[in-house]
Amino acid sequence: MLNLELREVSQEFGGLRALDGVSIKVNPGEIYGIIGPNGAGKTTLFNIITGIYAPTEGQVIFRERPINGMPPHIVARLGIGRTFQNIRLFNKLSVLDNVRVGAHGVTRSGLLSGMLRLPAARREEQQIMSNAMELLEVMGLYEKRFEYADNLAYGEQRKLEIARALALNPALLLLDEPAAGMNSTEKMELVDLIRQIRQDRSLTILLVEHDMNLVMNICERIAVLDYGRKIADGPPKEIKNDERVIQSYLGVEA
Amino acid sequence: MDGLISQYIDPYYLRILMLIGINIIAALGLNLITGVTGQLSMGHAGFMSLGAYASAILSMQLQVPYPLALLAGGLVAALFGLLIGIPTLRLQGDYLAMVTIGFAEIIRVFFLNFGPGGKAVGLAGIPQHTTFSTVWLLVIAVVLLNALLLNSRSGRALYAIREDEIAAEACGLHATRYKVLAFVLGAFLGGLAGALFAHYNYYIDPNIGSFMKSIEVLNMVVLGGMGSIPGTILGAALLTVLPEMLRVVAEYRLLFYGALLVILMIFRPNGLLGDVRIYDIKKRLGKHPERKEVAGC
Repeated sequence: MLNLELREVSQEFGGLRALDGVSIKVNPGEIYGIIGPNGAGKTTLFNIITGIYAPTEGQVIFRERPINGMPPHIVARLGIGRTFQNIRLFNKLSVLDNVRVGAHGVTRSGLLSGMLRLPAARREEQQIMSNAMELLEVMGLYEKRFEYADNLAYGEQRKLEIARALALNPALLLLDEPAAGMNSTEKMELVDLIRQIRQDRSLTILLVEHDMNLVMNICERIAVLDYGRKIADGPPKEIKNDERVIQSYLGVEA
Repeated sequence: MDGLISQYIDPYYLRILMLIGINIIAALGLNLITGVTGQLSMGHAGFMSLGAYASAILSMQLQVPYPLALLAGGLVAALFGLLIGIPTLRLQGDYLAMVTIGFAEIIRVFFLNFGPGGKAVGLAGIPQHTTFSTVWLLVIAVVLLNALLLNSRSGRALYAIREDEIAAEACGLHATRYKVLAFVLGAFLGGLAGALFAHYNYYIDPNIGSFMKSIEVLNMVVLGGMGSIPGTILGAALLTVLPEMLRVVAEYRLLFYGALLVILMIFRPNGLLGDVRIYDIKKRLGKHPERKEVAGC
């Protein structure tokens, strides 16, 4: 069973064809990379998977279930968590609250039971809390849990986005340029972190990233997009040596 | 107890204290919509007007008992909150502001022409059931319920929508549903405040739902601090007392009032208590920043 499959997905914005018949198959437990020059359609692809756009053509299948056209909050509840290229945290909420909101899709206590602190809501609240604390420890943000999210350093904010996405207990995690703005030490830590959470939480990870070292190092398979088309896919070694990829994206070494 | 209070407090100050309490309830309602959930509503007086008229007409014409009339005032406003919330909360920012202004204006013009409401003359002779203790007991209850809400899963969801709706939906949260919820609860509190006012003031007319009143309540929330319960209480108290204190400068009152708001917005753009947390104060004082989780504080 595949974790995620895109079948001939196309997306048009007015006259612009941002994605053109892209097919991708992601196996469970895999770390799958998507690379390509700016404007190649990588973020559009993420937005289609997470329900922000309904694709003009084609199908998105998550764990054997078609999900294209579903609204974002339903997609999230089915088990797809994501981070954003331009960090989107809840800035004026505490770090802890950011992660607690992350658990919204997998919890259910309603307005009244929550307000009246009924036993079921209380138990759920404790569960949310202990999960959030655990995630913050894994991400190294425990000490900062009461700070406002916008008081965190840039790298910490990226980690907090991952923690928030993990609170949803997803089966598939989409990371949109997780290493952007990080220095090389932080990037190395991030690679370890991604590997660790993949293992601990039996996650499938789909990531968009511009740092080629990181992508080649961490991804088991990679798809290359160019002008909305997939021009290659396969393991890093093949991608590195693919003529078309070198021409359109990687460039020729002098 | 109310007998004792009216014996010891000057009627003028008593009236101001009553109005503070009523304004706190109205402002906490708008705080849920605009302060916590971030949906700019500029027609809160419309809900207050609905609550005032509904409860007044029920007490006067149908002799409905006072507590039920209050409840009905809130419920009628909540119903209208639901009716206009569902289609309009897909709109954002300026558009929602315009729709809510239009809504309040429709309500005002409706009561100008509504026979049972006395048309432009308004309604006089509403039984004066609202006492000091009713108002302030209700204030306490509303503050408590607000605090309980904002510290629950639903409350966090409301704050998250204000901060970033797209990210909130990516957390599995149905934003439209929570926005409508905030709108309905906020409208209920507006209606309740209106009903309290009607049964205190003896007299209401369509101008209680004027645009200026909506702006006044919005000012309370913005000045006190968006999304903060103590801030909203402070804002409501200040903006009830301030115009009274400015009576000295007579016709320049609005000028002073406006200037004060401008100055405050320059020095405290997030409102007086908008981003003040007990945690941060303790940290600055160098104390051990251990804190209990209290949202909205």
